[in-house]
Formats: sequence, structure tokens, C-alpha cells
Amino acid sequence: MAEMRTLHVFRGDQSGGEEVAYEVPVESGMVVLDAVHQIQATQAPDLAVRWNCKAARCGSCSAEVNGHPRLMCKTRLDAIEGEIHVRPMKAFPVIRDLVTDVSWNYEKAKQIEPFAPKEPAPFTMYQRDVERSQQFRKCIECFLCQDVCHVLREHSAKEQYFGPRFMIKIAELEMHPMDGADRVPFTSHQAGVGMCNITKCCQEVCPEHIHLTDDAIIPLKERVADREWDPIRALFRKPAVR
Amino acid sequence: MAQPAGVLAPAPGRKKWEWPWWVSPVGTVSALGLFSIYSVWETLTHSSGQYHNYLSPFFSPDVRSIGIQFLPAIWVVWAPLLFRATCYYYRKAYYRSFFADPLTCARPERPGRSYTGETRLPFVLNNLHRFFFYVTVVVMAFLWYDAVRAFIFPSGFGIGVGSLLMLLNVILLSIYTFSCHAFRHLVGGSLDCFSCARGPILRYSLWKTVSKWNQDHATWAWLSMFSVWGTDLYIRLLISGVLHDVRLF
Amino acid sequence: MTDGMIERLRYDVVILGAGGAGLRAAIEAARPGVKVAVLSKSLLGKAHTVMAEGGMAVSFGNLDPQDCWQTHFYDTMRGGKFLNHYRMAEIFAKEAPDRVVELEQWGAVFDRTPEGRISQRAFGAHSFRRLAHVGDRTGLELIRTLQYKGIHSGMDIYQEVTATHLFQDGAGRPTGVFAYHRQSGTFCVFEAKAVVIATGGWGRMYKVTSNSWESTGEGAALAMRAGAEMKDMEMVQFHPTGMVWPPGARGLLVTEGVRGEGGILLNSEGERFMLRYDPEKKDLSSRDVVARSIYKEVQAGRGSPHGGAFLDITHRGADFIKRKLPNMYDQYLSLADIDITKQPFEVAPTIHYTMGGISVDPETGATSLEGLFAAGESACGLHGANRLGGNSLTDLLVFGRRVGIGACDYAASRQEWTAPSASQVAEAEAAALAPLDRAEGENPYQLHKDLQELMGEHAAIARNRELAEAGLAKLEALKLRSKRLASPGSRMYNPGWHAVFEVEAMVLLAEAILQGALWREESRGAHWRLDFPDADDQGFGQANSICRLDGDEVKLSTRPVPQMPAELAALFSSGQLPVRQGTDQGGHS
Ligand SMILES: Cc1cc2nc3c(=O)[nH]c(=O)nc-3n(C[C@H](O)[C@H](O)[C@H](O)COP(=O)(O)OP(=O)(O)OC[C@H]3O[C@@H](n4cnc5c(N)ncnc54)[C@H](O)[C@@H]3O)c2cc1C
Ligand code: SF4
Ligand code: SF4
Ligand code: FES
Ligand code: FES
Repeated sequence: MAEMRTLHVFRGDQSGGEEVAYEVPVESGMVVLDAVHQIQATQAPDLAVRWNCKAARCGSCSAEVNGHPRLMCKTRLDAIEGEIHVRPMKAFPVIRDLVTDVSWNYEKAKQIEPFAPKEPAPFTMYQRDVERSQQFRKCIECFLCQDVCHVLREHSAKEQYFGPRFMIKIAELEMHPMDGADRVPFTSHQAGVGMCNITKCCQEVCPEHIHLTDDAIIPLKERVADREWDPIRALFRKPAVR
Repeated sequence: MAQPAGVLAPAPGRKKWEWPWWVSPVGTVSALGLFSIYSVWETLTHSSGQYHNYLSPFFSPDVRSIGIQFLPAIWVVWAPLLFRATCYYYRKAYYRSFFADPLTCARPERPGRSYTGETRLPFVLNNLHRFFFYVTVVVMAFLWYDAVRAFIFPSGFGIGVGSLLMLLNVILLSIYTFSCHAFRHLVGGSLDCFSCARGPILRYSLWKTVSKWNQDHATWAWLSMFSVWGTDLYIRLLISGVLHDVRLF
Repeated sequence: MTDGMIERLRYDVVILGAGGAGLRAAIEAARPGVKVAVLSKSLLGKAHTVMAEGGMAVSFGNLDPQDCWQTHFYDTMRGGKFLNHYRMAEIFAKEAPDRVVELEQWGAVFDRTPEGRISQRAFGAHSFRRLAHVGDRTGLELIRTLQYKGIHSGMDIYQEVTATHLFQDGAGRPTGVFAYHRQSGTFCVFEAKAVVIATGGWGRMYKVTSNSWESTGEGAALAMRAGAEMKDMEMVQFHPTGMVWPPGARGLLVTEGVRGEGGILLNSEGERFMLRYDPEKKDLSSRDVVARSIYKEVQAGRGSPHGGAFLDITHRGADFIKRKLPNMYDQYLSLADIDITKQPFEVAPTIHYTMGGISVDPETGATSLEGLFAAGESACGLHGANRLGGNSLTDLLVFGRRVGIGACDYAASRQEWTAPSASQVAEAEAAALAPLDRAEGENPYQLHKDLQELMGEHAAIARNRELAEAGLAKLEALKLRSKRLASPGSRMYNPGWHAVFEVEAMVLLAEAILQGALWREESRGAHWRLDFPDADDQGFGQANSICRLDGDEVKLSTRPVPQMPAELAALFSSGQLPVRQGTDQGGHS
């Protein structure tokens, strides 16, 4: 007999719902997503869950396991002691069960000015100059950082702040050696970098281990300070190239 | 619905014991609170931090040498205190522990509170951090001068526990200061392309070094705070005669 | 529910799939004044393409200046065992450099050489260091770049919208697509002048697979049901190195980059067995050869504990491995508790790619049905009997663009839309709703599992006549069961309901694969017949298999492989191509 474990999975939609307990036989090395699939295949075929790769590549299977925002395909059952509770991300409206409406993120993504190359490719760029952008481009858009960010999660300030995912998106473009656009005023105003109080939860949950706060948000705050808080620097600044 | 607390390994596959979530905020509040009370007591109730060739970091540079006698520490400590108060790490620490914004990640806060982050007074002033950095760099020069003097006794070169403490303190303070995010920005972070700048290799390696130190900025912040505290306390106890300095050499 | 309640949208070009091929096609098709819709059954940026790791093959010659389009063409044809459409391979090799540079222009940030150019890595069966890459997440880079280019290119992207039916006019031309919003369960008709299929492969038909959930072949099935020709369906690629343990991770890919960066394969006796099977290319031989070699070692009792081989890259050092293969390092550490910088790890073949697919015209991506186009993994022609690593991502770019132009031009030539009739729509709707209403029926997950077992047994790495025949016989029962699938629950985000469409598609495509496997009485590339272990260059090697749906039956016919013109053929005889000099692993010198 295989060892059995109980998963308490949220079932419901916008109108509410509750956790339902399911018994699952455990295989060695099993992850939470395997368990959810097992439930789907044998007990609840309509249990709604997003997933694609099961390899921590696509960022679809974001959920909260025992209150921790996690990729289900990267969370092993044997790493969890005691009860297992699986719930949808809290910062976004539930559609059904573990699936949430993340469309807000795609709207924000569209508002950021795209890459504006200074010259035609192929570029001569050195590894040291692309390292920073490359780190941010590791992002798999799982939106776990958006989920955990208290500005969005607790204060629902989705009008004022784009959230950490899009701070690194802006940082990636701003730090691209061949980008000619200037997104600093945008970062300060529309994107609302000031709403972030650098408390680093985003950096703690990121499954790609991106240093969101240290390497993107704080440097962006410094760039904003260059413009808005530093008269000395403002004097020496070349006009932005468009 | 309340979320039951469960232990979750930070990296799946490896079990690791975690502190209960409240340890960190309680610890931070206690340490920062005590240090603040201590600083107030130290600056407001003492007119000197000098013990022979030792000078407490609270009192350096020594403004009495330019004739200011009234609470000499006040004229000095504002700079490092504001430097720390606007430091990106301390900001994280006090927003979390003192303002519960957020107390800890992904745990429900008290709902319905208004929150403006760092967009309004007073927190928007944290953007001035770099200026306190500049001032602190000046203070650092004095502290190094003091540290060297701590090895020069009336009888000539010597080493006392106090000298070692002051040296350790200034080293920790320097690492803390030069692992600052504002400094990281200054030396290279503001560039989009290192190779396009003048002195590309220098800029890049400076930035890289500061970045490396910066990864442990929080550690340096705590260590240097405790070293300032310890150094000052030691000298205070020497002045009050409770302790006697031990000469090692 | 009546047709009146179903939303109807009108586009010039409707593209099914937001993977690399679909997005690249959409960017090209979305010219001013052309309305383009992209449908994707998952969220934008999550398509199967994100999983690609190693890189995209392109003959820049940044590291090996001798490289040129001719050598890339040569390797692609040789790797494909000359079953490829030569013209596709030619276009591909010639246009690849421009497409990849274009990606850089749109913001992709590839790893660099010390001179500041795009770095390239060695990969199986490529004569030179050729794969432009970003660590081991090149597919993610490609998808993100196209995604962010796409959202600013004036196309409408429909996320989590699944196409279930292709409407046709009397002449068989597509007039639109029936689709449903997964989130709400509501239906939608996309009227179109041209339809592009870019829905990827069908690796999920097998149990041990590196593929994502999406690779269930609905797009190819739509085309097949509409009457389009499928080519070389028997050609299914086994990647030699997938994870073996733990069971939950079985099949997960171990990028060829591990061997590209110097990793070597060992059997249980510690022997580097690839020296025996391919003394020239060794561990970096083509995928079919390496996969078979591992299989043979296991058969000979020299396999690893869980039935595979050992892959060892420890000699490269921890720093190097963590920098060059960060995801592999992480994957093994987090899923299997194995530190690949310290110990060899087990690998075994896994289903990876489907070379076969919708037969297309090399110039435009047009299928055999007027107005229907295809590109990417769902299309067929470029890779022949075996795809070279890194050739797929570039394929998506080269032929994604071409199909975008082809579909756009075709749409421009059609004056008006032909709206699908109310009765056509009602029929599609009824078919889509049927599984929800069936009280007693088959569980789609169970049928999927049974199909996977069948394919794993009868159409796997080693095939023969009996296996294929028995597989076809067993499939008959599954076909019947696939008509009675049921999915209880509501219409809102119901994965069981969605699985029905996928399983139906896979059962259909499975028949084509088995028929092809039965027909091709030779061993060529990925297709290995135990009863015909040799290649038959003059016979079967000269023919492509063509499958067509005739009523309910899959009918197989053949067509001669297109012959290369003399100047291309000369490349293979004259010895005029540059060859790689004295390198072993081709790692970083
Ligand atoms: C683990 C792994 C690693 C790989 N590494 C490499 C590599 O290093 N180099 C390389 O060249 N190749 C690699 N490949 C192969 C390559 O990634 C794929 O062949 C390629 O991404 C296929 O792209 P595509 O655009 O054809 O389709 P996909 O990326 O599969 O996209 C299919 C799209 O169609 C949509 N879709 C499907 N059905 C429907 C429907 N019914 N209605 C609406 N939309 C639908 C999906 O939502 C998706 O958006 C790898 C593959 C795997 C699995
Ligand atoms: S650091 Fe800023 S962005 Fe990140 S979670 Fe905290 S408040 Fe949100
Ligand atoms: S930054 Fe990290 S946590 Fe945020 S979306 Fe990207 S991968 Fe996820
Ligand atoms: S399923 Fe892709 S990240 Fe988990
Ligand atoms: S001192 Fe901490 S960030 Fe500047």
C-alpha cells in the first residue's frame, strides 16, 4: 500500500468556496502538481488548475501552498510537514478553484514602452553589459511576486503600482545597453515605483531567484532620485536621447 | 479564511527548520528600539566621549575642538543616524517591524489601512539617502583618523582593547557604508552600458565589487550598528571608571 | 443555446497557437490594415516553446568562421536522412541568420562572445558551434521577445481560447474557426479569410515525454479532419536524455547542452559507450543514434539502476556548470536531490519532437487545402527523419515569418469573408457540448493514459510489423471509446472538458503514426524497425508517407521525396564544404 496524504484544495469561484479534502497516494519525489493531477484524473475531473510544463519553466502553476506563494510543480510533498493546503493566488480574482484572473498583468505589460534600439542589429554588446538585463529576462511571469507584494495583495493598489514583475521589466529595458528610450519619468509616475517600500517579499518568493528588489527596484529608485531629488546630478545630465 | 501555518522548505527537496515568523519583527523592534533609546541617552546626557586617546564614534568629529561645548554629540550623530534611517535595508526593517507593512510575507495584514508607500511625506524623503551618504563619507574620514589615534598612546605606539574595538568598528562601518545602494549606483549602477563609459573596466569592476558587498548589506548594517554601540559603551565605561582598559602591547 | 448568442468576430488572418511559430507569423501578418487574431489555449508566453533550452541553430560563424549556410543545410539534410524537403532546408539555412538578428533587434539578449557578438554552442550533429543561446533558457528568450514585440504590433491575442473546429466552404477552404473561452466556457466564432495552424506537436501521446501539456496536436487534427495531407507521421523523435527518476519527473528533458558543454555518457560499467557507436561524433552524435545506443546498452544489461545511462559533467567544475546550465543544476537538485556538479546522473530516452505533420509548401507554408497554412512543429518538411537540436527554434522564426506573409497575401487576394452558416455553427456547438451532457461515458484522463500505454508499447523507439499491426488493432477500441467521452461539471474552466478535445485529436493522430510505422519497412532516422534494421535508400528512402482522413479512416499513400537541383546535390559529393578540425567535445576552447 502506498502512503496516502491528504490535500485540502480550494474549490469555488468568485462567489466563494471552501477547501475540499482529497486523499492521494504518494510516490517518491512527487510534487504538489502531481498530486493535483492525481485528484483530477481519479476524483475530480473538473478541478481547475493551470499548468503547462511541469518543469518550472512556464510559470503557469502558481498557487499558495500552506500560505506560501509557490509553483506547484516545484514544491515537493516531502518538503511539507503536516497538512497540505492548496489555494489560488490571493492578489488576483479567482476564476475557478486554483485558477485566477491575471489579465491585469497583461494590461500593465502593454503600457510599458517597448525596446527602442539605438542602432540596427547585430549589436556589439559585451557579456558584462548584458548581465543585468539577462537576469531580469529569466522571469517566467509566474506572477508570484505580484501575488506576494503587499502593495497589491493587501492594499489592492493596482491603480498606483505596476508591481515587482514590471519593475524588473522596466529595469531590463532601461539597463539594456542598446536601448534608447527613457522610462524613468514613467517609472516614477504611472508605474509608481514609490509605492514599493523595498520590503523584499518579491525577492523571497521568486522561483527564478531573481534579485528583484536589490538589482532592479532599488536601482530604479536611485535613477528616479537622480532626476527628481538630486539637483547636482540634474545639472550634469545630458538631455535624454529619444 | 485563515491560512494554517505550515513549515515549508525554502528550496523544495531540502527540509530546513525555520524560525517562527514573529521572531524577526520582534527581534528587529527590540534591537532598533534599544539602540535608539541608548543613542538618545548617550547624546543628550554626555558632554564628551573622549577617554585619553580613544574617542567614541558618537562624538567624532570632535566639535569641541572648534569651540562647541553644548552637547557635542548632537552636532555629529545626525548624519550617521539619518544615513541609517534612510538606508534601504533599515527602511525594509522598520517598515516591516514597526509599521507592519508587511509584518511578514503573504500573511494577512490589518485590512483597510491606507498605504502610500514612499510617495508621501515623510517617507518620500528617503530619496535623499545619497546626500547622507556623502556626509557620512566625510565622517568616515574622521573615524579612520580616530582609529589610528587609538593606537598612539602617550608612551607611543600601543594596542589596547579599545584600539582594537575602534579599528574593528571603523572597518565594519566602512564596509557598511561602501556597500550602500546609493554608492553602488554612483560607481556604475547608473550606467546602461559599462563598456560605453570612460574607464569601462574600472567602472565595471568597482560596480561588481560594491554589488558583491551589497548582497550582505543587511549583515553589515547590523554588525556595524553593534560595533558602534559596543565601542561607545566600552569607552563610556572607561570614562565612568567601571572598566579599565587592557593594554595588550 | 442558439447561434444568435454566439459571438462572431471577423479577422483577415486567424492564427492558432501563440508559440514561437504562431507569434512570429502574427508579427509578420499584422501589416497595417490587416486584422490578425492569435488564439492560444493557454496564457500568452506560456506556450510549449518556453521549454526549449539549448539554443537556436544559425550559421553566423561567430566562433567557427568557416560555418556558412551550405554547411547548415548539409547537416540538416544529413541529420534528416534525406527525407527532408530540400527546398525547406535551403530556405531555412539561408534565412536563419537574418531571423535571429531580427530577434536581437526586437530585444532578445543572447549570451555574448568576448568580442561582443552572439555566442554559439556546439550541439549534436552540427558540424560547427552553431547554437545561439541564453544559458539554458533559449525558448523563454524567444517567446518573451516575440510576446513583447507582438503586443505592440497591433494584433488581437485571445488567451485561453481553444479552437475545436475548422469551418469550410463548399470548396473546402477554411472560412473560420469555432472556439471556446476556457475561463467562461462560452463559444466564439472567428471568421477568417486565411487560417494558420501553429499549434505545435503531439508528444503528450506518449507517457515518457519532455513535452508540455499543450503538445496534444489539436491543430494538426483540425487540419486532418478538414482534409489536409499529413506527411511522415511515423517520424517521432526520441531525445536521448530525459530524466528517469523520480517517477514524477520521468521524461523531463536534460538539455543536449549538457553534452554540448562537455558531458559524457557512461554505462553501468563506466564505459564511454558512444565511442563504440559513433567514434567520430561520439556523445554529440545525432539524437536518433544516441537514443538507440542508450536503448541498446540497457537491453544488453549495462543500464543504470532505473533503466538508462549515466551522464557525467562533473569534470567541468561547479562554477562552469552553474553558469552555463543553471536550470539543469536546479532541476536535478530540487527534483531529484542530485548535485550534478558532484556526481553523474541517470538519463534515458524521452519523446521530444514530432518531425511529421501537416505537409506544407516551402515558400508560403500553404497546406494542401487552399487558405489553410501551417508552421512550426505542427508542420512537416524541414526535419525529415530526424530533427537536429536547435533547428526547431530557428524553424519557428524562418517559417513563422514565411507563413505570416503567405497567409496575409492570400487573405488580401480574397475579397470577402464567407461566414460559416448558422447550421455549421450549431453543429460545432453541439459537438463541443456533447461531452458535458453525456451522463455515462469514458473518462478522458483514463483514455489518455491507455493511449499513452498503447503508443509506448507499439510505436516506441524499437518497432516492427507485429507491434504496429497489433497497435492498430488495439487502437480501434480506443477510437470507439473516444466517441463516448464524458466530462462532468460546469463549462467554466473545466479541464476535463478540455481534455476531451485533446484526446480526440491524439487518437486520430496516433492512427497516422502507427500506419506510417507499419508502412515504412526500413530504419531511417528516428524510425527504427527491428525487422528491417537497415536503410533502404533506393526504395523507402525515396518516399514520404502521406496520410489523409477519408471518412473515418486514415488512408496512407506515398509521394517521392523532392529531388535537389544539381548545385545542392553537389554539396554532398564534392567534398567542397569546410569541415571541423580536430575537436573533441567542441566545448569552449
Ligand atoms: C524540453 C524541450 C526543449 C527543447 N529545446 C529545444 C532547443 O533547445 N532548440 C530547439 O530548436 N528546439 C527545442 N525544442 C523544440 C521546440 O521547443 C518546439 O518544437 C517548438 O517550440 C514548437 O513551437 P511551435 O510554435 O510550433 O508550437 P508550441 O510552442 O507548441 O505552441 C503551440 C501553441 O498552440 C496553442 N494551441 C494548441 N492547441 C490549440 C487549440 N486547439 N486552440 C488554440 N490554440 C492552441 C498553444 O496554446 C500554444 O500557444 C525543445 C522542446 C522541448 C519539449
Ligand atoms: S519589495 Fe516592493 S515590490 Fe517587492 S514585495 Fe516588497 S513592496 Fe512589493
Ligand atoms: S520575477 Fe520571479 S516571481 Fe516575479 S513573475 Fe518573474 S519569475 Fe515570477
Ligand atoms: S507548470 Fe510550468 S511552471 Fe509549473
Ligand atoms: S546605507 Fe544602506 S542602502 Fe545606503
